[in-house]
Amino acid sequence: MEIPYTVDTRADTGLNNVKLGIWLFLASEVMLFGGLFSSYVLLRVGAEPGTWPQGAEILSVPLATFNTVVLISSSMTMVMAWASLKLRDLFKYRLYMGATVALALIFLIVKVFEYADKFSHQLYPSESTFLGIYFLITGLHGLHIVGGVVVNSYFLLPGVKMWHTAPERFTNRIEAAGLYWHFVDLVWIFLFPVLYLL
Amino acid sequence: MIGIQYAFTALLFMSLGFTLMIIMRWQLAFPGQPIPYIGGWFGDANAPGGIMLPEFYNQLGAMHGTIMVFLGVVPLAVGGFGNYVVPLQIGAPDMAFPRLNMASYWVYFLGGVVMLVSFFVPGGAANSGWTAYVPLAVIATQGQTWWLFGMACLITSSLLGAINFIVTIVQLRAPGLTWMRLPIFVWAQLVTAFLLLLAFPPLEAAAFLQLMDRLAGTSFFLSSGLVVSGQVLEVSGGGSALLWQHLFWFLGHPEVYVLILPAMGTVAEILANNTRKPLWGYRAMVYSMIFLGFMSFIVWAHHMWLTGMGTSISTFFQTTTMIISIPSVVILSALAVSLYGGSIRFTTPMLFALAFLPMFGIGGLTGLPLGLAASDIHLHDTLYVVGHFHYVVAPGTIFALFAGIYHWYPKVTGRKMNDLLGKIHFWGSLIFMNGIFWPMLIQGLAGMNRRMYDGGIGYQHVQDVLHWNNLMSFSAWGLALFQVFFIINFFRSIRNGEKTNDNPWKATTLEWQTPTPPPHGNFLSPPEVHRGPYEYSVPGAVTDFTPQGQRSQPGE
Amino acid sequence: MSMDSAEDIKKHVTVYIMVFVALMVLTVITVSVASLSLAIPLAFALALVIATVKGSLVASCFMHLVSEKSPIYWTLMLTAVFFVALMFLPLLTMLDGIAR
Repeated sequence: MEIPYTVDTRADTGLNNVKLGIWLFLASEVMLFGGLFSSYVLLRVGAEPGTWPQGAEILSVPLATFNTVVLISSSMTMVMAWASLKLRDLFKYRLYMGATVALALIFLIVKVFEYADKFSHQLYPSESTFLGIYFLITGLHGLHIVGGVVVNSYFLLPGVKMWHTAPERFTNRIEAAGLYWHFVDLVWIFLFPVLYLL
Repeated sequence: MIGIQYAFTALLFMSLGFTLMIIMRWQLAFPGQPIPYIGGWFGDANAPGGIMLPEFYNQLGAMHGTIMVFLGVVPLAVGGFGNYVVPLQIGAPDMAFPRLNMASYWVYFLGGVVMLVSFFVPGGAANSGWTAYVPLAVIATQGQTWWLFGMACLITSSLLGAINFIVTIVQLRAPGLTWMRLPIFVWAQLVTAFLLLLAFPPLEAAAFLQLMDRLAGTSFFLSSGLVVSGQVLEVSGGGSALLWQHLFWFLGHPEVYVLILPAMGTVAEILANNTRKPLWGYRAMVYSMIFLGFMSFIVWAHHMWLTGMGTSISTFFQTTTMIISIPSVVILSALAVSLYGGSIRFTTPMLFALAFLPMFGIGGLTGLPLGLAASDIHLHDTLYVVGHFHYVVAPGTIFALFAGIYHWYPKVTGRKMNDLLGKIHFWGSLIFMNGIFWPMLIQGLAGMNRRMYDGGIGYQHVQDVLHWNNLMSFSAWGLALFQVFFIINFFRSIRNGEKTNDNPWKATTLEWQTPTPPPHGNFLSPPEVHRGPYEYSVPGAVTDFTPQGQRSQPGE
Repeated sequence: MSMDSAEDIKKHVTVYIMVFVALMVLTVITVSVASLSLAIPLAFALALVIATVKGSLVASCFMHLVSEKSPIYWTLMLTAVFFVALMFLPLLTMLDGIAR
């Protein structure tokens, strides 16, 4: 017996296995970043008045705004990549997926630049609790971006072979990768104002 | 067979965790005395001259808890039993994501190796309790860093496994297997998987925070002006020790329901089978399990009554804690009522399942004064707490797991375990479990603190109850002795056990309707379900059980 | 989703582009509001409201949540409840402290 509903949807749930699986994973990620956001809240509320800096005093708002635009754009190109597959346009898929990976790399480069700039001014995580939580949350988020880049690059290059043998299964995988990618964008949408602007 | 891999690894870890406790109990009964025979094995760093150092006692304590909970019981109950039985009981060919499953096993294995290696690093294994409270854990020896990495592995493994279980149960049920026809065991595993999925990530976050405090010099958990060994700590300060407790117990509480739910599910299966009648209160049990799972997320601060929280929020948590006892009672009562009017077969699995009921009852009842802040003022951090949670997990969950092993052994191997050895194992374990933990409750009520390496001799107020230490330690060693019967039985029966057919217990659920051992794809032909899971003694049927996959009986 | 026709996908694409523009505008608003130097509680509330709007757009349109099936909805509702509990309950234990 083959495992059913790997591509087809099950009638009473309306889902295939991958779709349900990726959403469950994202639910756990919500709780993971939730734990970190909750820590941020507790630490900030518990800090002595006046000791917690405003994000803009230490961090670069222009760079982060730029990164926000970059990441949202990559979310857009990601969903367009999936739509191209639904329209059976492999060339457009490659274009959009390539753009997604490129934008993600730009995001990471800016991040590396940001971190390097902090370190060169002796602004390490140990310097203050604000910096500590800043580095941890953005660092973990950055690792998630790296993971996404790896997965998306795989689907851009060697993984594309599956399009020719099992197009629907491939499309579903791109949808799942897209869901992950949008989630990473979503986290940043909250991260950006909380850390940089408040 | 990932289920079997998990089960074997988990049983090995449980034996290790058990052994750690056996060694600890020497120190508690005979503080300061050299450990006999094996005292020289631990090296001078841990036990010079065979006499246990406090630091070593703390390592044993912290690792006993960690290993039993995270490397032993949960991997056995969920990774072992869950992976093996759930696909069979729902008529699925396999778990939904077999390769993800394999990954989750190996990450668990890696976590286990990391934990084991930590014993041999300078300073030894983690020694700040399985709860790793800060700031002690932040300034603790190297072993604590290993513990954190190990936990990160174990948490990841659980998350991957949880995703697999939920997708499998939701998507891969056989045709005709509606929600209300699911065996209680499957319902229990489903709720458990949701608990693991949503409660573990905050602890992973907390582990990262603690790792940064230990390795990157941050002070998420260190308040300003902390003094260690007479010196002020050179950190930025501004952190909160309570933050760790919140994040830890946010997982910690659902974790205890992860420990008990699969056990309840196992007991349910075995009771129905050995009473030859359907379970009483199936729907009540299902809704109770779901409600229990939900409530488990909003009670956690009852592990923190003495941290100085205000009365309003304390009242909130006391209320939710009292409410959460209701579904547990409903489930236990339903299981007990299920016995009424049954034709009870006192097989070895049934003995363990029956014993679960009063043992878990004691465990649950002893939890009540802990769940109320006022009484907890006296009981907090005493051995009463340790007695309470061991009653639920040891003669509670572990008995249920033993029951499950005896029950499903013929499914895996095609042979039964020896019944006489099983009964000896049962009676010895039952008597000695109570010999360890009942006096522990007494000691706790007298105010004896937990985690005291000298067994409490330094305290005036506990002198009257110190003598129980001897009974408890001898009971522990007696318990160890009786596990030998189990171990011999387990291995001998693989070759010499009584051979059985595919359904030796005459059970109704789908796992018994497939060849032994189950072939690739689990079933010879896709099963269809036509009835509920516990159709025993159906009036007018020819046999006293009607399998779930069977269309109709002559005479129906 | 596998049954979508080319027209349906083209409609989706129009939605994606509109959402993208909206997200850009909201990003500009986010940064501008921050420069107003409002009191902290108000600034927090406003920032979170805008972020929630942006997040909802990403979730409902890019992640297709508007047309998702009920097991997903239920899982996410449950997650949302626990997320809120994790955010607020620890804070409440601190604010209501005995020492205060």
